[in-house]
Amino acid sequence: MPTIKLTRPKLDSGEKIYLGAIFKGFFLTLTHAIKTLRGKSAGAEGLASSGLGVTMQFPEQRWDAHMPEYYRGAPTLVTDEQGRERCVSCQLCEFICPPKAIKITPSEIPSDDPWAKVEKRPLEFDIDMIRCIYCGMCEEVCPEQAIYLRKDYLITGTSRDQMVHNKKKLYEIGGVRVGLVNKWNELK
Amino acid sequence: MSDLSSSTAELKLPKDIAAEKGMVNVQIDGVWYQFPKGTRMIEACRSVKKDVPYYCYHPKLSVPGNCRMCMVQMGMPPRPAPGQEPVRDENGYEIIGWMPRPAISCANTVAENMGIRTSGELVEKCREGVMEFLLINHPLDCPICDQAGECRLQEQSVGFGRGVSRFIDMKVKKPKNVDIGPRIRLDDERCIMCSRCIRFMDEVAGDAVLGFTQRGTHTTLTVHPGRLLDSNYSLNTADICPVGALTSNDFRFQMRVWFLKETPSIDVNCGTGTNIVIHTRGNTIHRITPRQNDAVNSNWMPDSHRLNFHYIDSETRLTEPLLRENAKHLSTTWTQALETFSAKIKKFAAEEIAIIGSARMTNEELLLLDELRIALGVKNFSLVARNGEADALLIAADRNPNTTGAKLVLKQEDPYASLAAIRSGIQSGKIKALLSFQEDLITDAGFVAEDLTKLDFFVQSTLLANPSAAYADLILPGAAFAEKRGSMVNLSGRLQRLNRAIEPPTHARDDWEMLRDLISSVTGEKSVIHSIEEVFKKLASTVSEFNGMTLSKIGAQGVVIHETGYKVALLENERARKAAGIING
Repeated sequence: MPTIKLTRPKLDSGEKIYLGAIFKGFFLTLTHAIKTLRGKSAGAEGLASSGLGVTMQFPEQRWDAHMPEYYRGAPTLVTDEQGRERCVSCQLCEFICPPKAIKITPSEIPSDDPWAKVEKRPLEFDIDMIRCIYCGMCEEVCPEQAIYLRKDYLITGTSRDQMVHNKKKLYEIGGVRVGLVNKWNELK
Repeated sequence: MSDLSSSTAELKLPKDIAAEKGMVNVQIDGVWYQFPKGTRMIEACRSVKKDVPYYCYHPKLSVPGNCRMCMVQMGMPPRPAPGQEPVRDENGYEIIGWMPRPAISCANTVAENMGIRTSGELVEKCREGVMEFLLINHPLDCPICDQAGECRLQEQSVGFGRGVSRFIDMKVKKPKNVDIGPRIRLDDERCIMCSRCIRFMDEVAGDAVLGFTQRGTHTTLTVHPGRLLDSNYSLNTADICPVGALTSNDFRFQMRVWFLKETPSIDVNCGTGTNIVIHTRGNTIHRITPRQNDAVNSNWMPDSHRLNFHYIDSETRLTEPLLRENAKHLSTTWTQALETFSAKIKKFAAEEIAIIGSARMTNEELLLLDELRIALGVKNFSLVARNGEADALLIAADRNPNTTGAKLVLKQEDPYASLAAIRSGIQSGKIKALLSFQEDLITDAGFVAEDLTKLDFFVQSTLLANPSAAYADLILPGAAFAEKRGSMVNLSGRLQRLNRAIEPPTHARDDWEMLRDLISSVTGEKSVIHSIEEVFKKLASTVSEFNGMTLSKIGAQGVVIHETGYKVALLENERARKAAGIING
């Protein structure tokens, strides 16, 4: 292994007692305080601050409009423009989920259903939002383009049960997504 | 070493040395090995850990050589011209002339001085080509296919396939989701025409209902018109299907296989003692598949045995001890239950008590049951015989899994003999207390409700709330076969081990623990047994056949401890076909 020898910087006596550095710090803080009171702190506009520093006054103010395109919020299930629930309960998301937040109970689609040829769909699909770490692996692994992380970030509840998103809730948040590959459609 | 012996050794060529032992020299990927004459090339490669991919080949079935996946490069020494001596290298092997075209390794046997290459450009190109052909019409069903995760096509597509499809035409349409039998679902689009299922039904199950119709890419697996795939061995076709064309209705969409934990164990539905794998996730059994044991069940098992596990987590499963008070069963604690047992049983004289055990109990449980019998001084003791019809394959007429074990442990010729005497004793009022273990007396032993109501004290230990449990004064919930460890001896005298795949529910207890505590409650002494291994140790020291054995020594394949001369029809058939060279075995 190559060895790199580092030499400590030589400090003069003023630096050694570091009193000057303390006052330098005080001064810096004070300048920021004054800037804040004048409503001129850096990045305040970009972050839609309330006027006092860069702090956004949640929940009166929301940053929804400022969210980046790649923001990962609550995982949801989506239907496509044909109204078909896209999930076929292959359970890959359940497998990949690092905190084991997903629990799926698969079931067979009855033969009189218009989508009977898909054969399989979830009977129950629970995501425990207490466990979810919003990593987006479920979306990445899904072979059916059925699970997507939406921008919902306000996941609250007063009990553990309320924090579990069931299938109905997941489709409610997920809504309809268009422009996906419809591999189950009948070919001409 | 003398000069003489070294000079004769030099004269001996490798082929002569091998021939003396009935072997041949084969070079696999550059290394020389010796194999018995008649070994298939694929088996030779597999035995030296050189993996050759395959679909249609199965050691227990005839070899059609139709999937073409197992192609390898083969070479033989060129035939010398008349009068010409073969060219040999410094070790005495002849120089191999490699053939320009590949050969399938499943249908060819090894020969003297043969060369096999399981890798290299030619072989890899071949595999890639075969994979591409197989995938041309294969649907993209993996997300909904039960086979995904244990699919040979998936595995070998990753291992040897191209990754990208070059095929631009439409895929051929075939019937999907076809109901071909009560327990099997067929998807023809997924079928790769390996014909394993056809050969299994014809050669092993003896019910040739499956076959191919049409030709070329339109080849379709189908069931004979007017027939169904309803053999009691039909689910084995789902096991050997390398893809998801045949899947089990029972396991359909229950769980993806990558979640399942596999526990090797044995089947308890008949005296054959079929080796099984229990697939579980959490505390739920999702399926049972056969495990290879060529001395017990080969690779197969009957459907009726395989599917007989749903009762374990059924509604009627007993989960805590129940005590009857005023015609109502109330749940109680084990301490309370044991206290009630010892208080009540001591009121009866030894000849007023009878014990009915079961040959479904493990050897360890039977040993403890016998100890309980001795502690109580009981003479009225019997097990319940359970007879059915033997089929001509695996199922034995004796439907108790541990009859041989019971004979050995209890040291009785016929442990079922005194059941009728016990029943008449109850009817005449001579027997007033009855302890029954792991048997439903009304359904299985021919008792009627009146017999049981005559009893003053009736203790039953069972899994389920069965008809006779209704009359029990004390019900002790036990563990199912998948919930306990222990050993059993099958009809051919092979000692085999049960392993615990799941935990008993709530307050249900492993049966040996329950029996140990019952003994302590009778004798008043604290038991020194703390593990099933200690029970087995005791068994090994008291029963001569078990001498020197331990639970771990039994191993996955079991040990023969007692020759009974019992023959399994399916294995006899298999041996005959192996001797005839039809299968590899």
